[in-house]
Amino acid sequence: MRNFGKYVLSAVTGGVIGAAATWLWSNRPGTARLMGSWGNYPKVAAQLHTFQTIAELRQILKNVHSAIPRGNGRSYGDSALAPHMISSLNYNKFLSFDTQAGIIHCQAGVLLSEILEVTVAKGWFLPVTPGTKLITVGGAIASDVHGKSQHKAGNFSDHLVSMELMLADGSIVTCSPEQNNELFWTTCGGMGLTGVILSATMHLIPIETAYIRQESLRADNLDHLMDLFEESESWMYSVAWIDCLTKGNGMGRGYIMRGEHATLTDLAGDSRRKYPLEPRWKPKLIVPFDFPEFFLNSFIIKAFNFVLYHKNPKKVVKSVIDYDEFFYPLDVIYQWNRIYGPRGFTQYQFILPTENSRAGMKAIMQKITDSNMGSFLAVLKLYGPQRGYLPFAMAGYSLALDFPIRDGLFDFLDELDKLVLSYGGRLYLTKDARMSAAMFKETYPQLETFLQNLQQINPNDKFRSRQSDRVGLTK
Amino acid sequence: MGHVLILGATSDMAQALAYRYAQEGYQVTLAARQIEPLTALVSDLQIRYQAKVAALAFEATDYASHATFYANLATPPNVVICVFGYLGEQAKAQEDFAESEKIIATNYVGAVSILNIVANDFESRQSGCIIGISSVAGDRGRQSNYIYGSAKAGFTAYLSGLRNRLAKSQVQVLTVKPGFVRTRMTEKLKLPPFITATPTQVANQIYRAHQAKRDVLYTLWMWQFIMLIIRHIPEFIFKRLSL
Ligand SMILES: Cc1cc2nc3c(=O)[nH]c(=O)nc-3n(C[C@H](O)[C@H](O)[C@H](O)COP(=O)(O)OP(=O)(O)OC[C@H]3O[C@@H](n4cnc5c(N)ncnc54)[C@H](O)[C@@H]3O)c2cc1C
Ligand SMILES: NC(=O)c1ccc[n+]([C@@H]2O[C@H](COP(=O)([O-])OP(=O)(O)OC[C@H]3O[C@@H](n4cnc5c(N)ncnc54)[C@H](OP(=O)(O)O)[C@@H]3O)[C@@H](O)[C@H]2O)c1
Repeated sequence: MRNFGKYVLSAVTGGVIGAAATWLWSNRPGTARLMGSWGNYPKVAAQLHTFQTIAELRQILKNVHSAIPRGNGRSYGDSALAPHMISSLNYNKFLSFDTQAGIIHCQAGVLLSEILEVTVAKGWFLPVTPGTKLITVGGAIASDVHGKSQHKAGNFSDHLVSMELMLADGSIVTCSPEQNNELFWTTCGGMGLTGVILSATMHLIPIETAYIRQESLRADNLDHLMDLFEESESWMYSVAWIDCLTKGNGMGRGYIMRGEHATLTDLAGDSRRKYPLEPRWKPKLIVPFDFPEFFLNSFIIKAFNFVLYHKNPKKVVKSVIDYDEFFYPLDVIYQWNRIYGPRGFTQYQFILPTENSRAGMKAIMQKITDSNMGSFLAVLKLYGPQRGYLPFAMAGYSLALDFPIRDGLFDFLDELDKLVLSYGGRLYLTKDARMSAAMFKETYPQLETFLQNLQQINPNDKFRSRQSDRVGLTK
Repeated sequence: MGHVLILGATSDMAQALAYRYAQEGYQVTLAARQIEPLTALVSDLQIRYQAKVAALAFEATDYASHATFYANLATPPNVVICVFGYLGEQAKAQEDFAESEKIIATNYVGAVSILNIVANDFESRQSGCIIGISSVAGDRGRQSNYIYGSAKAGFTAYLSGLRNRLAKSQVQVLTVKPGFVRTRMTEKLKLPPFITATPTQVANQIYRAHQAKRDVLYTLWMWQFIMLIIRHIPEFIFKRLSL
């Protein structure tokens, strides 16, 4: 009788486990699944390959016909999308950190957030940081990213000592501005097309505190905002938030935030001075699911912008805030991109040369406000020149806007492209999901040199993405 | 501060354990037959956690070297985790005794050799914790891997006897029986995700079981239940199953 009970028990549980296992079996890793990047548009049936050692990476390169390196998928469009993607996320070890000289050497999958966790407490900060710290070192180099300090500190790659790269044939090359410099500058901003970045050594900048002394100034319209930018050129960091929905005289009203690393003196009389390099921990908010599409109707966007604008009635507001709050306000809301719903969104970031900035920005903003296509965020920034062969930056102004994907959007963006082109501007590849090859060709003046170099480095298009195929960087 | 010695440190599970213990403030000694692949792990642990970390050469089947290896440690450890193991190939082991021998030597004889030495040290110091990574495969022999399974069964019995011996000396002995774990050992196998752990999950469970002074740990928890059933299937049925 006791035995009989056992049979029943085992038969039942065996059945349950078997069913669960079969059901889950179909979800096993290693098979292709639909993947997107930050904008959730486009999505590509892709297989993700990971590696922890050089030997494993070589094996992957042998096994696939073509692939694209991928970091943390924080590019918005299809820069890091292809049927085979080689993720660096498991290749993420720190190799050395010279706390005296402020030089750090790490593998390419290390996130900028992890660097900050290690270096800030020792009095060192990233020389350049974009608006999210959840990107890899490899991604930062391949898109040659910039931050609020672009006008003064340049781009991420300007601070590299050297890097190591695995080429299509599996060989490993070290390059720097001195050694193999053509390879170096083709890789910086080269969108992963030259090979897999393995590790990088970079300079950090010294800080006395983990805080930023910030001033935020209100501007009544676009001209006013640009005046404030030019007035703030000597500040290390500057960026402006723009309300793109207001028409007429107030068009382009917004805020400029400018900042400097706070010194100990800036923290005088402040309780935070006791642990100047250890800002307090803050909780995270999470957007747990895709928002339904109606959420983003233009009424809500208007209300949102209005609240932000009137939150702050004074002309200048000074504060000392921790670096997370200053640089990464959006990282606090984990996966905020899901707020745009299942169809996803795209970011349209363009830059115009200084001489055309005022007229051009106004014309383009006019078109956007008239369109009612709605943009949740619009960010304006003053830039200086950039090195490399596919630089996005130039002396001028850039505006970045988010657009939820909807019918008619791409036709509208094609119209905007024409305007950007006519004012001598260009679009940022790492945000792009839809620019035409013709637009790209006309707006990236050193494209020919880049392609000639690429022909030597990646002759058979071993490294290619959906984007590189689309804009004609690969065939 | 604690000092953990991890034997078989190039494995994914060992690496996850090294992160967890370093994060908790332990000094970490990594022992593996090749130490060159550990260079990046050593620097990473030092930089991320300011941990004291060293890598040493250790060959599990070179029994004669074990006493010297242990005596040469700069400071005596108070936690020793025996992670090394060798799955081998069942079919090959049936044909070729050398393969069987390697499986038994690595999973059982090597572990006994080094842990005998550790046990005597901990017994005389009246403290310490020995963690042995055995396997659910040791709970019942199955045709698909009984050479490996029997070596792990031997190891499980060894650990249980050791625990019995050392209980009065305040030495903890923790037997870990992982189910499926997604590591290099299993990368070619198709494992059902629901009952497959990541090395990090296993490491976290081991750390907690160590702190809670537990004796036996199944990772993931479902495996305790699954093995309960498997152990109780009557032999006349079990022998007909293709497991
Ligand atoms: C909220 C938010 C704010 C942002 N703000 C800014 C900003 O202020 N300034 C700015 O410049 N960018 C900004 N970005 C864009 C982001 O910094 C870049 O897209 C960055 O490249 C993403 O890095 P990743 O590690 O996620 O790389 P992915 O998105 O995975 O890849 C980006 C590109 O890098 C290549 N790549 C990645 N790893 C490697 C490697 N190991 N070797 C070779 N190529 C590689 C890929 O092939 C791809 O072309 C922002 C993004 C978000 C989501
Ligand atoms: N993965 C699973 O599903 C699973 C399930 C149950 C139990 N386990 C057990 O968990 C432990 C860790 O396994 P894992 O999955 O992480 O597998 P793994 O990556 O294959 O690890 C095996 C480790 O043992 C080392 N090793 C093998 N022979 C050795 C020897 N003679 N001397 C010294 N070191 C030796 C290997 O070193 P090298 O790098 O030099 O080869 C490697 O570090 C093993 O004991 C395994 O039996 C694993």
